[in-house]
Amino acid sequence: MTPTDTTTHEEAAPEVLLHPSRMPRGRRWLTTLLRSRELSILFVLLLVIAVATIKTPSFLFSSNSWRDLLLTPSILILLAVGQAVVIITRNVDLSVGSVLGLTAYLTGRMFIDHPNLPIVAVVLIGVLAGAALGLVNGLLVGFGRVPALVITLGTLYIYRGIVLTWAGSDRINASDLPRDFLALGTKQVLGFPVLFLVAFAVLVAVGYHLHTARSGRELYAIGSDPDAAVLYGLRVRRRLIAAFVLSGALAGLAGVVYTARYGTVSSDAGSGIELQAVAAVVVGGVAIFGGSGTVWGAALGAVLLVTINRALPIVGIPDFWQQALVGVLILSAIVLDRILSVRRARQLIESRDDA
Amino acid sequence: MSRTYADYTHPWWRRLVVSREAVMLALLVGLVVWAVGNIVFFGTTLTMTFLLLDTAPVLLIALPMTMVIITGEIDLSVASVVGLSSVLLGDLTRSGMPIALAAVLALLAGLACGALNGYLVAYVGLPSLAVTIGTLALFRGLAVGLLGTTAVTDFPKEWTSLATSQVGSTGVPLITVPFLVLAGAFALLLHFSSFGRGVYDIGLSKQAALFSGVDVRRTVLVLFLLTGVVSAFAGVYFTLRFGSARGDNATGLELQVVAAVLLGGVSIFGGRGRLLGVVLGVLLIGTISSALRLQGVTVNVINIIIGALLIASVMSTSVLAWLPGLTRRKSPGTSPQKTPSGVGS
Repeated sequence: MTPTDTTTHEEAAPEVLLHPSRMPRGRRWLTTLLRSRELSILFVLLLVIAVATIKTPSFLFSSNSWRDLLLTPSILILLAVGQAVVIITRNVDLSVGSVLGLTAYLTGRMFIDHPNLPIVAVVLIGVLAGAALGLVNGLLVGFGRVPALVITLGTLYIYRGIVLTWAGSDRINASDLPRDFLALGTKQVLGFPVLFLVAFAVLVAVGYHLHTARSGRELYAIGSDPDAAVLYGLRVRRRLIAAFVLSGALAGLAGVVYTARYGTVSSDAGSGIELQAVAAVVVGGVAIFGGSGTVWGAALGAVLLVTINRALPIVGIPDFWQQALVGVLILSAIVLDRILSVRRARQLIESRDDA
Repeated sequence: MSRTYADYTHPWWRRLVVSREAVMLALLVGLVVWAVGNIVFFGTTLTMTFLLLDTAPVLLIALPMTMVIITGEIDLSVASVVGLSSVLLGDLTRSGMPIALAAVLALLAGLACGALNGYLVAYVGLPSLAVTIGTLALFRGLAVGLLGTTAVTDFPKEWTSLATSQVGSTGVPLITVPFLVLAGAFALLLHFSSFGRGVYDIGLSKQAALFSGVDVRRTVLVLFLLTGVVSAFAGVYFTLRFGSARGDNATGLELQVVAAVLLGGVSIFGGRGRLLGVVLGVLLIGTISSALRLQGVTVNVINIIIGALLIASVMSTSVLAWLPGLTRRKSPGTSPQKTPSGVGS
């Protein structure tokens, strides 16, 4: 993202690309870190926070704003992690916004209809409901041989239709919810909001799994080349279904978090958020055609999008322009990806010819 | 003895009857006949007028969108272009510009939006799904940024009534005339011109199209330009029809358009589909919505039905492909998996 990064790229790139194992371990690790997309996003994120804080110190230095800084992106982090896993397999899940709306309303409904149910059980029900909806997506994509874009566009309508029909003009209010549950939305542990810790724990678990576990690496293989994955004997269908179930479950969890955070749920909760989730993933450096990127990047992308939205009014740009800036951000992220990949291809060819 | 290509094909009447368009037409006619018989007020001209008035934006945008999806790309920014052109029309009129000039400028803005999409997709080579999600946010952001939460509602009476007026007293709204002209032009372009053959070639194989002399980049750019300008036109109509220019006009319309195009039998993989099917698809969705609404069913159930129809229509091809497989052993190479629309390449 920054022009200063490019010099280190050019010096180190051929070696790290061609013979990574020849480099000393420490230096290799450092080069990979410096070259990583995640670091650039983190840098931009810190820049945004710094500018906003200089303009208005209370953006960072007040108890509420520190909480908001971490709390507000929590929902989008959960969605972006699930979306990243699906996009890495060269699919997309557009139904997450509707799943979020459905589970958020379900959560509220459970508290009203079954007041004796423990909170943990309700959270679990929300996650399982999301997973079930994700399973429907996964089965349709896995067995229908139809692109996920179409299937999840269809289920976007269906799930939203279900929650609209179910909820009607009904609205869950904070007064309907148990106080302990609502407290989750504001509670902090060691200075970190609980809901953020939940999102962070999910991020760490999924990130570690994708990085190390065999089933996680296979997702990348599938996304890089689905046909080759089949020929190689990977259980593509099972992995795809698992990816969609995960995305659904995380959207379900996001729905529960939504209810805890905002206290009010109407039938249009989370509509349109699916595009934000895709945007966060793309900004976070996950290639839209699969096979590369990390959930760390996606989560950072989510935090960046949300933080920019909050920082804009402080810098003096009316909130109305927020979305336009998000658009510019998405476009520059994919253009940058393109430039970097073209440059890397050229470097590889040059260093091969030199050798 | 050499046999010509025609000897291998089914007779023309069979191709006509077993086509997707015929099925869609039968469904549509069946639905209309059933609705006229069973739903009070469905048979009135007023219902038909409103049906056409309401579906006009989707009908219009579906025309260029069909061609974009046939090339294997996608344009998700259309609804934002509708919003932007609507806001421009409102803002410029409010600042005292004659409305005709404002409308032309709104159309030019749509063209510029299409040019940005087309340039990034065709010449920079970026995936259209990602690009148009970005421009969806960008164009919508510009629209909302320009007007904020205010709305411009004072448009000249003769213009707003023009948008809802009818051809004579037939009950057919005037917007059908530009739609029919455009539909004819697009049908000529897609089905009866070398440009249109190029569109299908690109959808089937970009590389093969390039080697057979199709100017792939220019074709894709032209399609995005067309989508932009037609969306802007739909935006002008939308604004005048409701007499209101707002930043959030037509939010979410892009998914309706894509759903209608896919329902109309266009393959998301590209290379397959016809305009007639798409027009029938839009009308089918419109008729279902209108019939259900007259029966007092809320818009929620209509969402479910549209979603289910969309999935059923794309699944039907897969299910039909399975059926022979049940009796015959499937050969492994028969179902190549292609990259979905707008992804990769």
